[in-house]
Amino acid sequence: MKEVTYLEAIKEAMDEEMARDSNVFILGEDVGVYGGAFRVTEGFYEKYGEWRVLDTPLSESGFTGAAIGAALVGMRPIVEMQFADFISCAFDQLVSVAAKNHYRWGAATPIVVRAPYGGNIHGGPFHSQCIEGFFFNVPGLKIVAPSTVYDAKGLLKAAIRDNDPVIYCEHKYLYRRIKDSIPEEDYTVLIGKARIALEGKDVSIITYGAMVHTALEAARMLKENGVSCEIIDLRTILPLDKKSILNTVKKTNKVVILHEQTKTGGVGAEVSALISEYCFDYLDGPIIRVAATDTPVPYSAQMEEAFIPQPKDVISAVEKLMRY
Amino acid sequence: MDIKREDLLQLYYYLKLTRRLEDRVTSLYHQGKILGGAWTSNGTEAVSVGYGYALEKDDIAAPYFRDMGVFLIRGISAKRIMAQYMGKKTGVTGGKEGNVHIGDLNFGVFAFPSHLADNYPVGTGAALAFKMRGEKRVVAACTGDGGTSRGDFHEGMNFAGVRKLPIVFICNNNQYAYTTPLRLQMAIKNVAERALAYGIPSKFVDGNNIVEVYTAAKEAYEIARNGGGPTFIECKTMRMHGHSEHDSAKYVPRELLEEWKKKDPILNMEKYLMENNIVKKEELDGVESRVKKEIEEAESFAEESPYPNPEDGLNGLYATPIEEE
Repeated sequence: MKEVTYLEAIKEAMDEEMARDSNVFILGEDVGVYGGAFRVTEGFYEKYGEWRVLDTPLSESGFTGAAIGAALVGMRPIVEMQFADFISCAFDQLVSVAAKNHYRWGAATPIVVRAPYGGNIHGGPFHSQCIEGFFFNVPGLKIVAPSTVYDAKGLLKAAIRDNDPVIYCEHKYLYRRIKDSIPEEDYTVLIGKARIALEGKDVSIITYGAMVHTALEAARMLKENGVSCEIIDLRTILPLDKKSILNTVKKTNKVVILHEQTKTGGVGAEVSALISEYCFDYLDGPIIRVAATDTPVPYSAQMEEAFIPQPKDVISAVEKLMRY
Repeated sequence: MDIKREDLLQLYYYLKLTRRLEDRVTSLYHQGKILGGAWTSNGTEAVSVGYGYALEKDDIAAPYFRDMGVFLIRGISAKRIMAQYMGKKTGVTGGKEGNVHIGDLNFGVFAFPSHLADNYPVGTGAALAFKMRGEKRVVAACTGDGGTSRGDFHEGMNFAGVRKLPIVFICNNNQYAYTTPLRLQMAIKNVAERALAYGIPSKFVDGNNIVEVYTAAKEAYEIARNGGGPTFIECKTMRMHGHSEHDSAKYVPRELLEEWKKKDPILNMEKYLMENNIVKKEELDGVESRVKKEIEEAESFAEESPYPNPEDGLNGLYATPIEEE
């Protein structure tokens, strides 16, 4: 075991996969010589050379399309979006081409799109967004969003080995803020499986990404008041792990859904609908969503803090639910 | 460039097959036997046949929707294509996709997404892989004149130009994007001018002259194959039908169609073959009857083929399905 940061875990996953499989390569803006805006690919250019760590023109649709074409002839590209927000420029290639290739004509498209996402870094409306919602309604894509160092590495390795297009949402806020000991040996984390981040019995908090840490903080405080929270870390957003969601609801009968994505039509809306549809009888109270407000991400620290769900918001939702 | 007699005869055969197959599709469409719409390349067949035939077996075609010749030349059978039009299980995509949305990696053909010019960056990526792996393979990517206004047209070419990738970009300039004439599509005279900004050698050819299209494509592929980077070829031609077979194309001046009718690519080639004493009339007639038979067989095959089951529509979403516990 050794201790690494969330960012280092991402780095290790790519490094090990590139060493293992010569078809794996990285492309994106400033990923080569500079090592990427967040330095996630630092040292890769020197190690793997110009053609496997490819600096591209500022052209998200162009290089995402190129990744798709390379994948169709046997490569396993990793696309780095400099900021997840810029993925909107590649929307068509992901939604019209990558997501539908296998269904339409049986052609596997093994690409990973790394999307550094999320706020709390004072990036403003174009450098802070959660983008999973844009793609959540697109059959054919897979979306993962690790919240831990262990999952950051294991899910990225799994995504690279997967034969489908995977959007890998890596939370910028976690890059250097969390550290953990992870195994030295090779491992992957199954795509499509949630995990229980905290076992509890009174109320379930279903969440993912950086919000898992917000939920854990809230749960610590709630525990002092005698409330036992169970936290479900979805890990894979698309497709959702229905079984894990329903199991926790059957256990605690009370649900808070927490995400940093804006509220309307978000992942929480779907999780909520799943619960109503499949285990309504188990509910003791309303399903409560705690999510970002339905606005762009504001820049100023005071406004951004109000935009992003905080532990206190989770606590008040849980307290409200405990009255049932 | 001297083209071998047998190649000329094959080019003629594929021109004919493309024309007759799509003519039959048009008839079947009007009889209500085709699901959805029917898009044809009528009048512009020399483009797809020319650039498609010039490719080698291991190359990749990233076509657009008026590229029937490419599918046939790559080896996708008329039977599977006809079944595809009818939404049958035996169609190229088993009924998942319709009409010209044909792709099959076994034959080196990328399927066409309706979002025009999407295949420019996608084709560029295959060319990138070939260059990275040191393989002497090339890609031909095609779009129409309308598609050249989309960002992906420019983003794909720019990337290919910067990295000198082995790809040849083809444009079937058939003068109209649905109803929109070229003058409302771009402020320049030739589509070919667009490629120059990406450092890509560019030319235009008579898209109704199969010898010109084939020769230009063949030469460009050889340059690309030998590390010389991409080329752009604008094939100037004319869409003789509507955008799709439901469209009577009243917005196209009749005199323009009359003018282009005289330049029909098949008549052109017949004239070339006869005047240069390459073939006798009987040989051309032989091709006609061979093509007729092939299409009849394709139609029967398609008619007799089963439809997919409704539940087949749930299959194939993922290449790596989610593991159930």
